[in-house]
Amino acid sequence: MGLIRAGRLVPDPFTDTSGLESLPAGVPLIVSLEQWQTQRTTLLASGQRLGLRLKSDQPPRLIAADLGHFSVIVLEFPKYRDGRAYTHARMLRERFKFAGEIRAVGDVLQEQLHFMHRCGFDTFDVAGPDPEKAWRTIAGDHTVAYQATGDGQPRALDLRKGTGP
Amino acid sequence: MYRYDEFDHTLVAERVATFRRQVARRLSGDLTEDQFKPLRLMNGLYLQLHAYMLRVNIPYGCLSSRQLHQLAFIARRYDRNFGHFTTRQNIQYNWIKLDETPDVLAALAAVEMNAMQSSGNCVRNITADQFAGRAQDEIEDPRPWCELIRQWSILHPEFSYLPRKFKIAVSGAPQDRAAVKLHDVGLYLRPNAAGVIGFEVIVGGGQGRLPYVGHTIREWLAKEDLLSYLEAILRIYNLGGRRDNPQKARIKVQVNALGAEEFRRLVDEEWEQIRFTPQLTVPRAEIERITAYFADPAWEQLTDASTTVARQRSADPAFDVWNRANVVAHRTPGYAIVNLSLKAPGIAPGDLTADQMDKVAELADRFSLGELRVSHRQNLVFPDVRQVDLQALWQELQGLSLATPNIGSLTDIIACPGLDFCALANARAIPVAQDIGRHFTDVAALQDIGELTINISGCMNACGHHHVGHIGILGVEKNGLEFYQLTLGGSSGEDASLGDRLGRSISAAEVPVAIEAIVTRYKALREGEERFLDTYRRVGLEPFKEAVYGQNPPRRQAVA
Repeated sequence: MGLIRAGRLVPDPFTDTSGLESLPAGVPLIVSLEQWQTQRTTLLASGQRLGLRLKSDQPPRLIAADLGHFSVIVLEFPKYRDGRAYTHARMLRERFKFAGEIRAVGDVLQEQLHFMHRCGFDTFDVAGPDPEKAWRTIAGDHTVAYQATGDGQPRALDLRKGTGP
Repeated sequence: MYRYDEFDHTLVAERVATFRRQVARRLSGDLTEDQFKPLRLMNGLYLQLHAYMLRVNIPYGCLSSRQLHQLAFIARRYDRNFGHFTTRQNIQYNWIKLDETPDVLAALAAVEMNAMQSSGNCVRNITADQFAGRAQDEIEDPRPWCELIRQWSILHPEFSYLPRKFKIAVSGAPQDRAAVKLHDVGLYLRPNAAGVIGFEVIVGGGQGRLPYVGHTIREWLAKEDLLSYLEAILRIYNLGGRRDNPQKARIKVQVNALGAEEFRRLVDEEWEQIRFTPQLTVPRAEIERITAYFADPAWEQLTDASTTVARQRSADPAFDVWNRANVVAHRTPGYAIVNLSLKAPGIAPGDLTADQMDKVAELADRFSLGELRVSHRQNLVFPDVRQVDLQALWQELQGLSLATPNIGSLTDIIACPGLDFCALANARAIPVAQDIGRHFTDVAALQDIGELTINISGCMNACGHHHVGHIGILGVEKNGLEFYQLTLGGSSGEDASLGDRLGRSISAAEVPVAIEAIVTRYKALREGEERFLDTYRRVGLEPFKEAVYGQNPPRRQAVA
């Protein structure tokens, strides 16, 4: 397990507090939506950088007004088949203009990294022994896209300039 | 027809290369079957009862003779010399070897075809009226819009892991030949009050265990809003469709749980957020570029050959019968649309051998400007036949067993592969269709019965569309034996309806007898030219129940 950003394993400065009895002091924390809602004042007073972890049935609009407090939003893929977080990531980037880190965790598989990246994820907790290799393997898979997302890649139809049969 | 440009070619070639790597990882044991499954499904590869099945898209049913030759080559080189056309304008190969699938995909890419998203929980092949661009009743050709939707849906980063599969159909004619109302999203090209053509948007239709006719959630949508509106629908579905139970994960369940009004409100709310984003607008140049591929072919300046054809028809009753059953009026003088029946007696509906494919492709070059179509009723269509060539074409098709004059009649049966091939089936479907085909071979009798569709599914998943057959036949399993449940009164047309259950299920041997009894009763009850469906709607179930089960029908039994 390792966090990938731009194809490289990077250290994770955050402590994920889900499952912890009490919040550790003095370190950047990732908290659940419930923790945020019940301990908001304490968390803000800690002065630490904060991350928020959302389950796949917790859409970002629930905390749209609070996004400025977080430097990372962690979106869960309980199973690779659960595609809700793709929409959540696009909402964060494109509708709520969240500029911080969007992290994919859970059942994050090599073959899904490309779509995740296009939807706005920039860090990936990738399963498997060699996450950097996983990223390298898929890096050249798709150079053409029919859809525009918030990542700025032009659509095929924007590149065509109306050339026809 | 649409032709790939450099971008389309690159996208498909990259997909083939990716799948080649994934197959190699599977073969080397680097991936387990569990890990490989989602990857193969995104490329149309199923694991069936006996072997891998590959489902290939025929986008909105359009096929060139060159492509059909390649499908024949694939059938011969990689399968057992045949292919099976499905109800979704796909062709399936039932005996594909895993290690050869990347080569098959490469062979498809060479003729601008692919198997992308022909399975998996994503947007599937976009389907359309098989007479698109040729039908006399057409308001506007749906094919350019189908191609636009196809491209928008392929490898969509946000919508490739939906709760369940997602099927979109488009029709540009008032007569619905594409079962539009039975799709997750159905689109009718329609003029508004001002005469401007846009889309009627229907959501939540579908078959399977929980059949529904779709709801219109927008009477009229401007064309330029098509992609943003579809994106809004897909987003509401992706977020709100059920993911706890695959049987309840289709959009129809979400729409019917929320109510069509509430679903529409959610879609509109989302749509208002995105409808003006440049990312979802379609540049005028792009839709013009696509539309140019569907320009009318080089038809000759002809006049209607009605006298010649009438003379030929009166001289040859068999040719006359074929004309009445299988030939459809074309919108251009001197031309006709010809249906090729893949429902010869005793043949598995939708099957075509490699040799037949090659010969049909040659005939398409000779008689139909090199183009053909595939219909959701599992037949082929020559869209551009000169009327003066009809007789010569008919003679050629007879030699290929593709001239059975039964389009729209009760031996033009839709059937799923059933227990002969499918791991999900409870009962066989193909032999039942074959039995009915052998039982009703009298051409004059078939013509007298008129329009009567029979659809057969081997299980509740309803791949054979039994809910919407005028007569539906559903295979069920009872104590390890195959039985068949009949329904009456279904329709997949613009007057879509779901069939009503007739009574207790019957054995395979009883099916043709029961159909015969239903038909006899219909003939006794019909008024004038009334179709079976209309007679049924007028008189209801009881007379037919009595015809099949006798005066004292046995108590209904609950079946699966």
